[in-house]
Amino acid sequence: MASQEIAPVGSGGDKTSLLNDPRIRGYFFQILALAAIVGLGYWIVHNTIENLQRARLATGFGFLNGRSGFDISSHPFTAYSSDSTFAQALWVGVLNTMTVAVVGIVTATIIGFIVGIGRLSHNWLIRKLCTVYVEVFRNVPPLLVIFFWYLGVLSALPQARQSIDLPFGTYLNNRGFFLPSIVPSTGLTLAGIGLIAGIVGALLVRRWAHRRQLATGQTFPVGLTALGLIIGLPLLAFILKGFPTFDYPILGNFNLRGGTHVGPEFMSLYLALSFYTASFIAEIVRAGIRGVGKGQSEAAHALGLRAGPTTRLVVVPQAMRIIIPPLTSQYLNLTKNSSLAVAIGYPDLVAVGGTILNQTGRSIEVVAIFMIVYLSLSVLTSLFMNWFNAKMALVER
Amino acid sequence: MTDTNLSFVRQEMLQGQTPPLAERGVVKWMRTNLFATPVDAVLTIIAALALVYFVPPVFNWLFVEAAWVGADRSVCSTTAQGGIQPEGWSGACWAFVNANFNQFMYGHYPVDQRWRVNLVGVLFVLLLVPLLIPRVSHKVPNAIAFFFVFPIVAFFLLVGGRFGLSYVETASWGGLLVTLVISFVGISVSLPLGIALALGRRSKMPVIKLLCVIFIEMVRGIPLITVLFMASYMLPLFLPPGVTFDKFLRALIGVALFASAYMAEVVRGGLQAIPKGQYEGAESLGLGYWQKTGLIILPQALKLVIPGIVNTFIGLFKDTSLVSIISMFDLLGTVRQHFSDANWASPQTPLSGLIFAGFIFWIFCFGMSRYSIFMENRLDTGHKR
Repeated sequence: MASQEIAPVGSGGDKTSLLNDPRIRGYFFQILALAAIVGLGYWIVHNTIENLQRARLATGFGFLNGRSGFDISSHPFTAYSSDSTFAQALWVGVLNTMTVAVVGIVTATIIGFIVGIGRLSHNWLIRKLCTVYVEVFRNVPPLLVIFFWYLGVLSALPQARQSIDLPFGTYLNNRGFFLPSIVPSTGLTLAGIGLIAGIVGALLVRRWAHRRQLATGQTFPVGLTALGLIIGLPLLAFILKGFPTFDYPILGNFNLRGGTHVGPEFMSLYLALSFYTASFIAEIVRAGIRGVGKGQSEAAHALGLRAGPTTRLVVVPQAMRIIIPPLTSQYLNLTKNSSLAVAIGYPDLVAVGGTILNQTGRSIEVVAIFMIVYLSLSVLTSLFMNWFNAKMALVER
Repeated sequence: MTDTNLSFVRQEMLQGQTPPLAERGVVKWMRTNLFATPVDAVLTIIAALALVYFVPPVFNWLFVEAAWVGADRSVCSTTAQGGIQPEGWSGACWAFVNANFNQFMYGHYPVDQRWRVNLVGVLFVLLLVPLLIPRVSHKVPNAIAFFFVFPIVAFFLLVGGRFGLSYVETASWGGLLVTLVISFVGISVSLPLGIALALGRRSKMPVIKLLCVIFIEMVRGIPLITVLFMASYMLPLFLPPGVTFDKFLRALIGVALFASAYMAEVVRGGLQAIPKGQYEGAESLGLGYWQKTGLIILPQALKLVIPGIVNTFIGLFKDTSLVSIISMFDLLGTVRQHFSDANWASPQTPLSGLIFAGFIFWIFCFGMSRYSIFMENRLDTGHKR
C-alpha cells in the first residue's frame, strides 16, 4: 500500500507487521465473514433437514402438480377451478398481482401528477387541498387505507336491490362495481386494429414532423393530427361496420344480471393502493418540478417561448430526470404493497400462496416462490424504468 | 390680472391614501390567490363547491350526529337494526371507541398490571422529550439511558417474571403497546444495522460487499408480508429441534431486518454525497478506517440524510400494522378484532374504529415528519450543496 511505498530507505519495506497490513487484515476479515455465513448456512440447512424429517414433511416442488382443491374468486384471465393444480392457482395469483399493480400504477401516477402540480399551483385553495390530501394519505398505513375502503366504504354501500345507479349503465353496490360489457363484433375488431394503426401512424407523423422541423424549422400540428388518427380511425371502423353493442347489467330481484363486475376486494385494494401511492408520487413530482432552476424557465421566456411550450419543452423534460428514479421505487412499493391483498381476501400471489402453505405445509417452497416472483417483478420494473430513464437522461457531448 | 394668482402651491404633504379597494385586504388576497386567471377562478369555484358538498356531511357524521357515549351497539344502530337511533341516521360510533379504548391501548394485558405499561410509557416520554429538544444538555448520557438502559428496564417491566413482577406473556399484549414496542425495537435495531450494511456495501472488500448487496437487494425486492411469513413459518424450521421462539420476537426480527435494508440504502445515499476530499483529508491526518468513518464521514453523512432516516422510521411505524396479518394484534389488528364483537357490531362501527386507528397513526407519523423538517432546518448550516 501507499504507506509502504514511502517508507524511509534503509528501514526495510516489511517493517509493518503482518497484523497491521490492511490487505492481510482485509483478507482475514473477509474469510472470517465468509466462514461465519457458510457456518450459519450449514447450521440452518442442517436444522431444517432435521426438522423436516422429524415432522415427516416432504420437500421439493413436485407438489405443484397436485390438485388444489380450493376455489379462487377472481380469475379474469385464465380458466381455473378447484380441480386445477397448485401451479395454476399460483399463476392466477401472479396474474392478479400484476393486474392490480398495473392498474394501480397507472391511476396512482395520474392522481399523483395532478396533486403534485396542484401543490405548486398559485391558487391558494387548490394548493391547500392538495397539501391536505398528501399529508393525510402519507401518514397512515396502507393496510388501514385498504380496510377503510373495504370495511368502511364498500361494505357500507346498499345491497344489490338498492344499487346506486351511476351514469353509462353502471351500478355500484356492496357486491362491487357492475358495468356493461362490450359484445364482440367485427366492428369492434376492426376498431381495435384502427386504434393500433392510429397510434402507429401518430408516432410516424411525430417522427416525420420532428425531422422536418429540424431541417426546415417549420412546425406541424402533431398533437391534433395524432388525436385525429387515434380517435378517427376506430370511429371510421365503427361507422363502416356498425357501432358496438353493450351488454348492460340489469337489476334483478337479488342481484344484477349481465355485464361484467369488479369485486369489492379488487376495488378496495386498487383504490387504496392508488390513493396511498399517489400521495408519495405527488411529493416526488413537486420536488422534481421545483428542482428545475428558475433560470431555465426564465431563459425559455427570454427566447420567446410561451408558458405552454416552456412547461412542455423545457421544464418537464428536466423535471422528469429528477422524478423518474424515485418514481420507480414508488412503483415497486405499490407492487409490493399489493401483497396486502391477503388481508381482505383478494386472491393475489401471497393470498393464494398462503392458502397453499396452510394446505400443504410447504413453507420453504412457497416462500421461495414468493421471493422469486417478487424479485423478478422488481427486476422487470427496474429494467423498464432504467430504459426510460436512460432515454430521458441528459445527453452530454 | 396681476393680483389673481392662479398657481397653487401646496404647503403641506398629502396624507397617504389607502390603495384602491381591489388592491388591498381580502379582495386583493382573493384576486391574487383565488381568481388570478379565468382558469383559476373556475378551479376555485369547483373546489369550493366540492368542499361545500362534502365537508358538512362529513362534519355532521364525525361530530354532530355521532354517538359519543353508550354501553352497547344500540346507540350506534337505527331502530330497524335493533338500536335506538331514528331511521336514516348515520353518524360515527365513538361510543365503540370509548368503551374499548383500554383494549385498543393495551390489548389483553392484565388490567391490574397495566400500571407497568403506563410506567414504561412515562419513562419513554421522560427520556425521549429531552433528547428531542436541542437546547437540553447532557445528550450523551440521555441517549445511553434511552437506547441502552431504557430497553432493559422496559423489557423487565413489560414481560415481568422477575423482581416480584408477575409474568405477562407476549400473546396477551396488544393495541398501541404492540405497535410502539415493535416500532421502537425496529427503529433502534435498524439504524445501527443499516449503517453497518451501508458501510459494508461501500467496503473495498469484495466478499463483504457482495454479502451486503445480496442481503439489501433481496430484502428490498420482496414485500414485508413475505418476510413476516418467513419469520413466522420458516424461522422455527431453521432452529434446532426443541428451541422455540416467541412469536412476538419472530415478528420483531422480521420487521427489524426488513427496515435495516431500507435504512442501509438511505445511509448509503448520505455516504455517497460526502465529497472525496473529506475521505482523503481524514486519511491524510492519519486516521484509521474506524476513526475516519466515525469521526469524519458518518456525522456528515447522517446529517445529510436525516429526512430519509425519519421517512424510513415513518415507513417502519406504518408497516408494524402488517403484523396483524400473521395474527398478532397491534393497534389496527386490535381495532379490527373488535369489529366482530357482537356487542358492538353495527354498520357504523368499522368506519369509526378505522378512523380512530388512522388518527392515532397519523398523529405519530405527522409528528415524526414535522420533527424531521425542524431538525433539517436546524442542521442546515449552509454546507448543503
